[in-house]
Amino acid sequence: MTTRSFGEPVLRREDPRLVSGNGRYLDDLGHGAYEAAFLRSPHASARILSIDVSNAFEVEGLIGIYTYEDLNGRVGEPLPLLIPHPTLTHGRTGYPLAKEFVRHVGEAIVMVVAVNRYVAEDIVGLIDVTYELIKPVIGVEAARDAQSLVHADVPGNVAAHMIQQVGDAPAAVAKAKHKISLDLEIERSASMPLEGKGVYAVWDADSGEMRLWSSTQTSTGVRAAVAAKLELPLQKVECTAPDVGGGFGVKIMHPWPEEVLIPWVARNLNHPVKWTEDRREHFISSAHERGQSHHVEVGFDDQGRILGLDVTFLHDNGAYTPYGLIVPIITSTQLLGPYKPGAYRVEFRSLYTNTVMVTPYRGAGRPQGVFVMERTMDAIADYLGIGRDEVRSANFILPADMPYDHQLTFQDGRPLIYDSGNYPASLEMLKSMIGWEGFREFQIEARVSGRKVGIGLGCYVEGTGVGPYEGGFVQVETSGRVNVSTGLTSQGQGHQTAFAQIVAEELGVPIEDVFVTTGDTRRFAYAVGTFASRAAVMSGNAIAMAARSVREKALRIAGDALECDPRDLEIVNGIVQVKGDPTHCIPLKSISVLSNPLRYAFDESAKAATQFQVGDTSRPPIEVGEEPGLESRDYYSPMQSTFASGMHAAIVETDPETAEIKILRYVVVHDCGRLINPMIVEGQIHGGVAQGVGGALYERMEYDSNGQLLNASFMDFLMPYATEVPFIETGHLETPSPLNPLGIKGAGEAGVIPSSAVFASAIEDAEGFTITKMPISPSELWSLRIEHENGLIPALRTTKEN
Amino acid sequence: MSETLFDVQVLVNGMLRSGRVPARRLLSDFLRHDLELTGTHVGCEHGVCGACTVLLNGKAVRACLLFAVSVDQQEIVTVEGLLNSDGSLGSVQQALHECHGLQCGFCTPGFVTTISSFLDQNPNPTEEEAREAIAGNLCRCTGYQNIIKSVMRAAEIRNTVNQV
Amino acid sequence: MKPAPFEYLRPNSREGVFEALARAGEDGKVLAGGQSLIPLLSMRLASPKVLVDINQVPEFSGFRISADSVTIGATARHQQVLESNQIKDSVPLLAQALAHVAHPVIRNRGTCVGSIAHADPSGELTAVLALLDGVVRVESVNGSREVTGSDFFLGPLESAVKPGEVATQVTFPTLPLAMGTSCVEVARRHGDYALVGVCSAVLLSEDSRIDRARIALFSVGPTPIVIDVTELVRDSSANEESWRRAALHIAASVESEGDIHASAEYRSNLVAVLVRKGLNQAYENAISRMEQNR
Repeated sequence: MTTRSFGEPVLRREDPRLVSGNGRYLDDLGHGAYEAAFLRSPHASARILSIDVSNAFEVEGLIGIYTYEDLNGRVGEPLPLLIPHPTLTHGRTGYPLAKEFVRHVGEAIVMVVAVNRYVAEDIVGLIDVTYELIKPVIGVEAARDAQSLVHADVPGNVAAHMIQQVGDAPAAVAKAKHKISLDLEIERSASMPLEGKGVYAVWDADSGEMRLWSSTQTSTGVRAAVAAKLELPLQKVECTAPDVGGGFGVKIMHPWPEEVLIPWVARNLNHPVKWTEDRREHFISSAHERGQSHHVEVGFDDQGRILGLDVTFLHDNGAYTPYGLIVPIITSTQLLGPYKPGAYRVEFRSLYTNTVMVTPYRGAGRPQGVFVMERTMDAIADYLGIGRDEVRSANFILPADMPYDHQLTFQDGRPLIYDSGNYPASLEMLKSMIGWEGFREFQIEARVSGRKVGIGLGCYVEGTGVGPYEGGFVQVETSGRVNVSTGLTSQGQGHQTAFAQIVAEELGVPIEDVFVTTGDTRRFAYAVGTFASRAAVMSGNAIAMAARSVREKALRIAGDALECDPRDLEIVNGIVQVKGDPTHCIPLKSISVLSNPLRYAFDESAKAATQFQVGDTSRPPIEVGEEPGLESRDYYSPMQSTFASGMHAAIVETDPETAEIKILRYVVVHDCGRLINPMIVEGQIHGGVAQGVGGALYERMEYDSNGQLLNASFMDFLMPYATEVPFIETGHLETPSPLNPLGIKGAGEAGVIPSSAVFASAIEDAEGFTITKMPISPSELWSLRIEHENGLIPALRTTKEN
Repeated sequence: MSETLFDVQVLVNGMLRSGRVPARRLLSDFLRHDLELTGTHVGCEHGVCGACTVLLNGKAVRACLLFAVSVDQQEIVTVEGLLNSDGSLGSVQQALHECHGLQCGFCTPGFVTTISSFLDQNPNPTEEEAREAIAGNLCRCTGYQNIIKSVMRAAEIRNTVNQV
Repeated sequence: MKPAPFEYLRPNSREGVFEALARAGEDGKVLAGGQSLIPLLSMRLASPKVLVDINQVPEFSGFRISADSVTIGATARHQQVLESNQIKDSVPLLAQALAHVAHPVIRNRGTCVGSIAHADPSGELTAVLALLDGVVRVESVNGSREVTGSDFFLGPLESAVKPGEVATQVTFPTLPLAMGTSCVEVARRHGDYALVGVCSAVLLSEDSRIDRARIALFSVGPTPIVIDVTELVRDSSANEESWRRAALHIAASVESEGDIHASAEYRSNLVAVLVRKGLNQAYENAISRMEQNR
């Protein structure tokens, strides 16, 4: 009998600390540190002519002012291009402080360090910079027209031009019985965590060591970047992610200029320095995502089966490309969703604009791809006059087809092969939960009473658990405490609970005895980071493997101690006992003692392990190939990603007069394999759906033609409150992953991926004309209605028939 | 030229605290840096996100929209002060824990104070009232569903405690 | 985002406030609720050299209700006014409008007088003042003057209060029992500034016919737009159709502006919809108010 923990909705270990205000987020640290503030470019594109700091010197509390000229060694080099790719022929990154050109409003030019942030901001206000303005490039259309360039040495503003294809899609489209084309657009939003970025650095001059904290999704990444830039041995840099107030992708990007500058200046000054980003800074100097413009040509047969799908799109990557082409590559590959088109071709150009750079935001290019695919499905259904569910069913990859090889290369550089999934079953569950069959009747009744209601759906597949690897360390101390660590980080996913559940179950110990540390390079130095819905799959499996190794070692040592076969032993509540004879037992903590032969007894427990107490003198105290301690370190490195999937459906009502959009029902069916903690998974889905609602109906980055971000505050960048997010009904399916020991798939991004597609589908159904651009506001919907009434937008075929 | 400093004395979570700060020191910064009560968080500094919400003389207010000098001689309760006197979680905190009403925890202190103050005034809310009561606080992680559940659960916990 | 330095004064008397403001002149700003002012300071969109905190002046707090008026002091909080049953009875439009102002937490600190003096074209209370011909008392070392709603708003964020002066109270006449009011708006999110808002007041004669009807539009122009719609609705049968016609007429005559949240045409559309709904609600409220008080 073992304790069930895996699969249980265990309440979170993190909570008591966090609900009582005892979290330790970045700005909670470093009370005595100097603080930094930045002078950031007010212009979208300009050449810096002069920087005059003469007025700043007399301010009391000033510690130092720094510009590009002060950056020595590798700190003065461009920031790294993290993810190179052969098609990224014109990748460009910026400098930590602008060298000569600024390429977006918000780019850092001068760093001021002062005794506190108030004074630092005062000093920033006294610095005078003159510029020569350059005509900015705003929006993908302007970028493509290239009347002005973002980088003088990047022709046409094209960072990359990439084509992936399977079969001959243009030919398949040309000879298909039916064909349609669509133009679709999706506009920028952003991760927008409640806590912005922050960096705190302490330089120890005596030992030559840098101790660094950053509100990051990858402490190992930041550590390596800082060591490289500051030309320090890796051993001399340690980085910890403290409690992090949300990431959603924006904090996987690294090193931010500040992540290089703050440790650099802390070393120069030999004094702790801290920088906490304010909300305006976050808007204009972190990252955005989602802006793309697509053209689709699709050929299909009478059943709606796609014979050829030809997609060409423009991707707005902002001013720089440090994160490479991950977002558009994910769009290209995940666009296929749960379907198997006959032939597929996807071509994109990733373009520079004079705006904040684009790096992954939860979904990371998938929402755009899903939007395109799902709009295409709805369009095919409308063209043929068949159900939107029918057209999807006609195109599904079936369970019998698994594993399904799309013959494309995924974002991890590995083949895009779906390992498992049951899309027909998901659709059945979705239809049943939302009441798909009965909706037409409801819609007609509603129409009679003057109401406009509509139903929509969206399906997606999500590659999760991306490599290259993660590691897990599990250790049983002589007190019985179980320490677990992994190198990736946490931003609210409940890792301290979920990973403890895994160990509690694998090792047979009470969960209260298990303590998990994440994101601290001192505790686990080899890691990649938390992104792409990978933490549970990667670290979860690595930790499970480590726990199994510990279990195996414990049973072996216990077998020796109890003089029985390890196969006859089990571990219950931290006690190793003979199956069927619990009195014949030894606690894990004693095994921990036995595993580490000692010379010195510093307490009673240690005494039991000393050389005169233990040991077969015909054997060495530690066998060859063994290590002291009841612990193990293991790594999980998959051959490829494991593919989760899901489908959402929504019923909306649009106001006939004001075009306000109300969500009547929202249903999620998701499949992420086995669940470690269903409560945590559901929470992740709720959060994702809320961001999806935001991205579909409220959030957009409003740049004007001068490249000014008009809504750089929470007053005008509209994130949903509780009153804007519907009640979310969740159903779940479990097709275990055959690719990893735990059979799990990722769930972190699931909630947000199909939202724009779902709402476009539902609004279109309510209104009777196509919706091709998202997000959509009541004002925009109202304008579309007018255009439709004036014949500029055709009605759906199905509407005409009604 | 240095700024004039003002003596500020406040009763915070039942304890008399003081500091000497410039007039422009926001209450949020005073609590976090001068008093080292870092439970109150700063998410936007323009009053919209609600992470900095504290109770001033029993009423919920945004600490980022107040100067420390303006609250001299007044009474403040922060999230740290809503624990029970024996250190156990207060009703709202306990409810959030039971209902998985937090993920990253950054917005949570603002919800704790807001919900606490709301339940003081409306001990038996409907779900609609609960939703509206928290509609001035942003959360990017939870999608609010479990926070609404937490409001209802906190009301339940409070009512049970009162019945005992 | 931290404010720039300023000199801070917190007098505890009316005279102290007037003197401080007089000395500060152009450099001075009044700090009451701070819910609109402090974000501006933190974003460094405003950096007054002198801030005069008026929250400690006892005479500025609270409100007074008499038989024929309600007078709200400079530091009376939105929420206090919203929660007053007496004010709800005497000047129902105040509670109707205040329910739309931000969120309870902001209302706990923000002040009605401060909100009016801030003169934000999206402010609900600006429309209430303009519609009901409320009177603002503006005081300084040079004495006191009264400014009526129609003269109070000079432009967006510009009121009749000059440097060195402070609005110390606002007085609203008690509404006749035969008058019904309403405040309707469309906002992007709960508690946001309105895309378009309409305050309406409908006065009935003894036989329940419409004697007078006025509306005030906010978030449409640089200041509240007050329109007497009596002629448009007086002889009508006070039904859906008559409100609609009146509303369309108003919408056509008013110029709306577009911004990132709504186009000008959409705002015009909202004017038509909300004027209709607002008048209808005000009319129904008038009927029920009369009924309650028979």
